[in-house]
Amino acid sequence: MLNKLRRVGPPLLMLAPSLILVGVFVYGLIAANFTTSLTDNHTAAQATGQKPAVFVWFTNYLDLLASEDFQHSLMNLVLYTVVFLAGTMVMGFLWAWMLEKPVKGEGIFRSVYLFPMAVSFVASGVVWRWLLNSNQDEQASGLNRLFQIVGLDALQNNWWNNVTFGIVAIAIPAIWQLSGYVMALFLAGFRGIPEELREAARIDGASEWKMYRYVLFPQLSPVALSALIIIGHMSLKAFDLIMSISKPANYQTKVPAVDMYVFKSSFDYANAAAVGSILLIIVAIVIVPYLVRTNREEKR
Amino acid sequence: MRVNRRMTATVATAAVLGLTLAACGGGGDGGEGSGESGSADQVEVFTWWAAGSEKAGLDALVGVFNEQHPDTEFVNGAVAGGAGSAAKDLLQTRLQAQDPPDTFQAHAGAELQDYIDAAQIEDVSDLYDEFGLTDVFPADLVDRLSTEDGAIYSIPSNIHRANVVWANPTVLEDNGIDPEAEYADLDAWMADLETLDKAGVTALSVGTTWTQVHLLETVLLADLGAEAYSGLWDGTTDWEGPEVTAALEDFETLIGYTNEDRDGLDWPEATQMVIDGNAAFNVMGDWAVAAFEEQDKVLGTDFTAAPVPGTDGTFDFLADSFTLPVGAPHPDGAKAWLETVGSLEGQVAFNKAKGSIPARTDADAAEFSEYQQTAIESFANDTIVSSLAHGAAAPVATLNAISDATSKFTTGASDLAGYQSELAAATQS
Repeated sequence: MLNKLRRVGPPLLMLAPSLILVGVFVYGLIAANFTTSLTDNHTAAQATGQKPAVFVWFTNYLDLLASEDFQHSLMNLVLYTVVFLAGTMVMGFLWAWMLEKPVKGEGIFRSVYLFPMAVSFVASGVVWRWLLNSNQDEQASGLNRLFQIVGLDALQNNWWNNVTFGIVAIAIPAIWQLSGYVMALFLAGFRGIPEELREAARIDGASEWKMYRYVLFPQLSPVALSALIIIGHMSLKAFDLIMSISKPANYQTKVPAVDMYVFKSSFDYANAAAVGSILLIIVAIVIVPYLVRTNREEKR
Repeated sequence: MRVNRRMTATVATAAVLGLTLAACGGGGDGGEGSGESGSADQVEVFTWWAAGSEKAGLDALVGVFNEQHPDTEFVNGAVAGGAGSAAKDLLQTRLQAQDPPDTFQAHAGAELQDYIDAAQIEDVSDLYDEFGLTDVFPADLVDRLSTEDGAIYSIPSNIHRANVVWANPTVLEDNGIDPEAEYADLDAWMADLETLDKAGVTALSVGTTWTQVHLLETVLLADLGAEAYSGLWDGTTDWEGPEVTAALEDFETLIGYTNEDRDGLDWPEATQMVIDGNAAFNVMGDWAVAAFEEQDKVLGTDFTAAPVPGTDGTFDFLADSFTLPVGAPHPDGAKAWLETVGSLEGQVAFNKAKGSIPARTDADAAEFSEYQQTAIESFANDTIVSSLAHGAAAPVATLNAISDATSKFTTGASDLAGYQSELAAATQS
């Protein structure tokens, strides 16, 4: 018994502070959030206990999911995530593939591509708000003006002010910022493949394409998955970039995180908490299978 | 192996110590202000007046405060950012945590309802009697500030007018429109807007959602009249009625004359379009006068200001005001501050610097600028109604719901009938 305590005790003591902190500030607060989302706490009076708030179970969730406006937000989130993911993966992979062969000035290119990541979303959002100005023809500025100068007038559009696809325009700066990061991941992946594998493939008479298809890509798939997960969960939590380009009240660029903010500022804590829980569940759907997989691989 | 383990233990202990220290550091600054004796020795005033003419106004007000109450120390709790939204977020958190400032800035009127319902602010109507404010504020204003049971929860420091249309006379003349013209109603005005629009000019500049709501409220006011407009907020006017439909049709037409990039602009950029001659008209509250004057524009020659067509004789008001939070650490300090806010000297000093007008009617108009003088005169004589976009007419949740519906409508995601029923739903809850 004493022996066991001596063995388990010290590590447990060491871990205790972080366990307690994480327990209270992460899991405890998630539980508190979930509890709030199950009540009818929709007004300031209820939030401070002046009026009673009662449990309504999943009514808030059902109402939210049934509301056209929240469906619009979810649709925006899906569109944004798909475009953001596809954009960063394609750009990041292309850049990594180009830099993978020893090129002159590789370091410079790498820095140039990575650099946008150093800029905060809020700062770049201010610039992109101007670039994505929706005025056209005589009043045009930003990218629309650029299109005019190079004679591509037909490409002018109202960017993020399109009611259905406006959110896609906001994915453009996001892609611009994070493609470099995906490139760095892929580049590390490429560098991690031993040269011998390529040599072996060449000796076996594999064409360049076959070598990529059957030798390099399988080696890269864990990297691709990590990149997908990292970009994917960033995308689901998108808030700052949208807030700095658009405004929280703008219908065309609403996503669940913005809804949560608006609910909270309306003293509607129950709905804000419900939106928060829905976001958490969506992110969990993306991340948990990945964690399970990594865990299994580590055990192997 | 042995060394290794000791090493690990040291590092882990250091980490634990670090965490503990961090926790202590976090807890250290929660208790300020609690241990002090005498509740009038200081006052923490929470505002979002952190820059520009607002800061100048606050400084002037503090100057008067220091003269009137030399024993009370003024603590500036101003929070910058987001036109007050950063301050409101922080305030919400502090009130929730029962750590209120001694007094905080809030829009007068219905926006206070949430704080009242949450029992976070005190009725200050006895202070109105004590400071003799009931007689010097216009009766209409006191009515608008009082709740149904006659309580008043804040003392206004300044008044702004929302129903003002600003115009660039040069743009109007260039397009054959008489800049002196006075429009009797929206129809007459929209005829000229149509002319401007056909000539390829941005007839009316507008900005992001809240400025569109601001435009909407002036349209409702113009088409419904003061009484029916006020009825929208107490339930006596039917949101689903044909009069509202007609007003929303006018609103739709007006939005058709506005700039395409509206959702990306805030009010300074929208007003700047009129200053620069890129747009003919802009509907904005009278704080816009500061933007014109800062750029040395002269009222009457470089720009004109008039009530929004159809709202002449009505003063669509909004006001900043100060409250007395429940559980304020220095209630006597807060009362001293409120006394200065309501006093003639305080209101004159503050408003001369900020560019708004005093809520008191006994201020000498001659001390103020040309535009302010016209506003002071209207405020004394016109019917006073409450602004929607600035928290006087409806609580925050209603305003947010109306803003969402308006944004949906102006981006083209809902039709007029859908918009109207969303507005009706927004005001019912």
